[in-house]
Amino acid sequence: MKEFTGRRYGVRLHVNHETHTLHVRAADTLLHVLRDQLGLTGTKAGCENGDCGSCTVLVNGTPLNACLTLAVEAHEQPVTTVEGLRGSEIQKSFVEHWAFQCGFCTPGFICNAQGLIDYVRAEHRHADDELIKEWLQSNLCRCTSYHEIHAAVKSVLDDGEEC
Amino acid sequence: MIPFDFDYYRPDSVGQAVELYARLRAEGRNPIYFSGGTEIITFGRLGQLVTDAVLDIKSIPELGALGRSGDHLVFGAGLTLNAVAESGLFPLLGDVARHTADHTTRNKITLGGNLCASIPYRETVLPFLLTDSYAVVAGRQGNAWVSMHELRLAPGELLVQIWTEQSAARWPSVTIKKTKQDEVDYPLVRLALVHDGRGVRAAFSGVCEAPFRSWDMEDALNTPGVPLETRIAEALRRLPGQVIDDQLGSADYRYYLLHHSLREGMSALEGGGR
Amino acid sequence: MESVGKSVPRKESFDKVEGRAKYTRDLRLAGMLHGKLVTSPHAHAKIRSIDAAAAAAVPGVRGIVTGADCQELTGELLADRPVLAYRKVRYYGEPVAVVIADDEQTAWRAAGLVHVEYEVLPVVSSPSRALLPGAPLLHEEVEKYKRYGDVYPVPGMNIGNHLKIRKGDFQSGWEAGVVKVECYTAFRPSDHIAMEPRAARAEILPDGEVHIRASTQAPYVIKRFMERYFGLDPGQVVVHVPFVGGGFGAKGAVQLEFIAYCASRAVGGRLVEVSNSREEDMISSPCHIGLEAQIKMAATPDGRLTAAQITLLWDGGAYADMAAVMAKAGIDDCTGPYRIPNVWADSLAVYTNHTYATSFRGFAHPEVTFAIERTMDLLAKKLGMDPIALRLLNAIGPGETTPTQVLLDESNIGNVPACILRLRELMDWESGQRVVLPNGRIRTKGIAALWKTSSTPTDAGAGAVLIFNKSGSVNLMTGVVEIGQGTKTALAQIAAERLTIDPSLVHVSFEVNTKTNPEHWKTVASSSTMMAGRAILEAADDAIRQLKYNAALVLQVSPDELELAEGRVFVRGNPQRGFLFREIAMGYESENGLTVGKQVIGRGSYIVKLTRLDPETGDGRPGPQWSVAAQGVEVEFDPVECRYQVLRAYTVIDGGVIVNHRGAVTQMMGGMSMGLSWATRESFLYDNQERVLNPQLRFYKITHFGENPDMVVDFVQTPYHEGPYGARGIGEYGTIGMAGALANALSVAAGVELFQLPLLPETIWRARGGGSVHDPV
Repeated sequence: MKEFTGRRYGVRLHVNHETHTLHVRAADTLLHVLRDQLGLTGTKAGCENGDCGSCTVLVNGTPLNACLTLAVEAHEQPVTTVEGLRGSEIQKSFVEHWAFQCGFCTPGFICNAQGLIDYVRAEHRHADDELIKEWLQSNLCRCTSYHEIHAAVKSVLDDGEEC
Repeated sequence: MIPFDFDYYRPDSVGQAVELYARLRAEGRNPIYFSGGTEIITFGRLGQLVTDAVLDIKSIPELGALGRSGDHLVFGAGLTLNAVAESGLFPLLGDVARHTADHTTRNKITLGGNLCASIPYRETVLPFLLTDSYAVVAGRQGNAWVSMHELRLAPGELLVQIWTEQSAARWPSVTIKKTKQDEVDYPLVRLALVHDGRGVRAAFSGVCEAPFRSWDMEDALNTPGVPLETRIAEALRRLPGQVIDDQLGSADYRYYLLHHSLREGMSALEGGGR
Repeated sequence: MESVGKSVPRKESFDKVEGRAKYTRDLRLAGMLHGKLVTSPHAHAKIRSIDAAAAAAVPGVRGIVTGADCQELTGELLADRPVLAYRKVRYYGEPVAVVIADDEQTAWRAAGLVHVEYEVLPVVSSPSRALLPGAPLLHEEVEKYKRYGDVYPVPGMNIGNHLKIRKGDFQSGWEAGVVKVECYTAFRPSDHIAMEPRAARAEILPDGEVHIRASTQAPYVIKRFMERYFGLDPGQVVVHVPFVGGGFGAKGAVQLEFIAYCASRAVGGRLVEVSNSREEDMISSPCHIGLEAQIKMAATPDGRLTAAQITLLWDGGAYADMAAVMAKAGIDDCTGPYRIPNVWADSLAVYTNHTYATSFRGFAHPEVTFAIERTMDLLAKKLGMDPIALRLLNAIGPGETTPTQVLLDESNIGNVPACILRLRELMDWESGQRVVLPNGRIRTKGIAALWKTSSTPTDAGAGAVLIFNKSGSVNLMTGVVEIGQGTKTALAQIAAERLTIDPSLVHVSFEVNTKTNPEHWKTVASSSTMMAGRAILEAADDAIRQLKYNAALVLQVSPDELELAEGRVFVRGNPQRGFLFREIAMGYESENGLTVGKQVIGRGSYIVKLTRLDPETGDGRPGPQWSVAAQGVEVEFDPVECRYQVLRAYTVIDGGVIVNHRGAVTQMMGGMSMGLSWATRESFLYDNQERVLNPQLRFYKITHFGENPDMVVDFVQTPYHEGPYGARGIGEYGTIGMAGALANALSVAAGVELFQLPLLPETIWRARGGGSVHDPV
């Protein structure tokens, strides 16, 4: 009898408004699949333990650590990576506020910040510093002092409130 | 990178989940319930946990329950900690949940995952212990009500929901968390206090090897006509076990912080609380 | 100046925020193999046997390399370290083998099947214990190791290098002093935590050409080392470096590159990637050094320093590598920026059973500055002097000599008193160092003054090539690695300034390719802008000469009669007679097609002028110049729980002329944040077998968002005449004084002298008597 091992699962991911049908190991993390199967290497592996936030992506609008998410869990879910936020206010604001240096943690920060911006706007909430901190404390940066990042995020949130 | 392979199942109902678990066990497999999966994924990567069958239970409707039922609040075990916190239904639980892990990770960690975690803190159990809440536990024989004080899951049993009396969830409460240095960290001391109208109830995490509520300590704290400092000293004498001594903090420092937190918490609660 | 001094945004900005910037692991290549390390579970043990049969039998495994397969010994100055542990492991997490497989998953699984039998040996847990008689020896015959340069291991001891300073007459200086203090400070190793873990790939082509792609700050050193240890012609070694996700010194060390090369060698030259998990990056790859420092200082009753005795015991871990160099860098500037005529100093790179160390931002200076600045505060207290006044009184300056007896002048050192005075003003020092608030909390201020020279090898240098495009824009090629420091943008500004064009017209090459980019020693030591900037000025001048030559041919004038402005070459006094760069950069094409002149290619290079240090006295020139700074911290301390909040942190730096203002400010802020993170929370924790207990970011904390204080940064700009447009160097300086300033502030707040890092609430609580019979409250 011929035996096939290493079972793979067909999943459909809607990444940055494109639908991809992929075959993955159940044990493959979303991080691994985004990077190695879809070539979306903007999502970074900083610890693969959920401690640094470098791999943060938006799944159904919610920031998640892609290293703590199985690709099969994201089946039929919309996923947004940093590449899908091209041209966004938050990216421009990061540039204007010098909110990055080496750039490695930046995609994770930007995805999380976008999640916050979307949440605040959808809920018509005022994003005070406590809320910004609660969300962005999930991401580590070793180059900046975080002030720069705070200023970048705050600036977009404040602009939104003026509208 | 999880180096081993496993099969992945997503049962649609509680019945399906427990049956599947039993079947896989009978086949000699090593199944595991997976809700947020954060422990399974991280421990799996480090080789500290191995499984060959993952049962992803978070899309089972009962596990996503959140709301009121009669006199009770119902919390599905599959709710994320952020969903629990943002619901605002149980302020003390929300407070505790909001200071467990970080915000992004709380979008993944579920209430059931935290309550059944292998890490020794399981902070979200404290509000349920204080309010004498009940768990709905599913097994092959169906659902059973289990007091949170006696929650021990046998292999294959599934935590479905936790029910808390609405009136208890509104009791005045205080919770205090002390860490080594950082805001996002495991607790050196997590203290939760409520006042049930007759007296104070107290539960702790980070102090001894498991989270606990101590009626002995509560008795001491509630002794009438005794100054607070004396009541606290007596309560501390009744700690149910050794204080943890590890890389986060020594037993001495933990004990010191616990003492101070009790003083702080009792004063706040006796002065009105939340 | 038009470009220099402006806040030109980073040129790679949008690549980074849009996720396009490629780091080492981001380039996917079909057919690439993956190497997974097998690491030691013991800190000190003999390797009895390695059984890799089960791992080799896993389908998809292509090779397994152990220490027996690569016995080359490596090390910056002292070759004491095998590529993979051989016969013995000397630290927890030391790489013992590498399993090479088709994919990561297979490599990981198979690595778990490599069975190593160990015989556990007693451990050496700290530098001071390493020096006790009878301490286990990590290296039995340290004198037999090959040496590359000035390094002084001590036979029969756990000492990989011993450096000395003997300046003036210590004994008489000590006796001349009336007020004396002694200060012992200590901290254990910690880690850099660059957000990108280290990774390397290697491939050996059939013709022998070796390609290495790595997350490194030292591509040209890799090239040199491949010759040194493996006998390869450097011309056959090509190192590629894309963007690097933070360095902080961690990536100045060469380790995974050797492993990847040996792995490729074992599988017929195929491309192999060896990348660290976060855990491996923390414990298997080199870390941030620990130190035990003993300082004695003597002063006259009015506060003039007369002598210092300084003993630095570095916890270099299992191998000397960069610790041997850091022992030198630490002693070069061991007095801090103070005038001390009589100095007796010893600096020892000590072997312990810890992860071996490598450069960390500030290169031995944050560590020594912590010790010196604590001592200065002790002395001020004993003298009854204001800490700022004591530092001002003793601030070193032109006409005086450094510990290695370099004569300082108006150019080669920044202005220490000016930095201290400005700090005093910014911190409103006069309003008081200690205030008790109504709620019982205590607000205090603490300061530190600091200096640093580069301590590079004597042949450190840089090169630059400017290639013109037909449009008149230029491509700038250097060997500087972009690790987040923004040097490439600053270099573009320097080129633009000299060429009189807009910085946007200078296209910098971000990826370094050692085959095509001119050699740059290493991207470390706050030196890249200074060294490469000098090379660029030479290259620009070379290009200008060529532009003028082309223009002169057409205009029929002497090149001497031409000058440059706004991207044009024209006749002096007659600006209409001239050409835009684009008209002459590729030669001038006349109407009939005849082209005169030729393509303009500017080249330039720079080499530092340093000397070796005398082994007995330390005399010599360790670096070209000293940037200096004064830093301060304000804290609010809760005397009950001994918790505290850092409210504000200050830096006033004299880094010479600042090339990119916003870049400099944010770099200082980042450096301050890193220094505070280290001082407030970072350290490896070990069990009694010296196994690391916290090799994860969940237990090894760095500062999180929102835990950062407000920051104030200001500049004093004393030009360095040799630097490009007067620039010195600033990259590391924000980090250097933070621990000292914080410990000084907290010592005042807590009412006890604090000598250990990190400054955890529990540490302070214990220093105040917590945990003993009487609680401190």
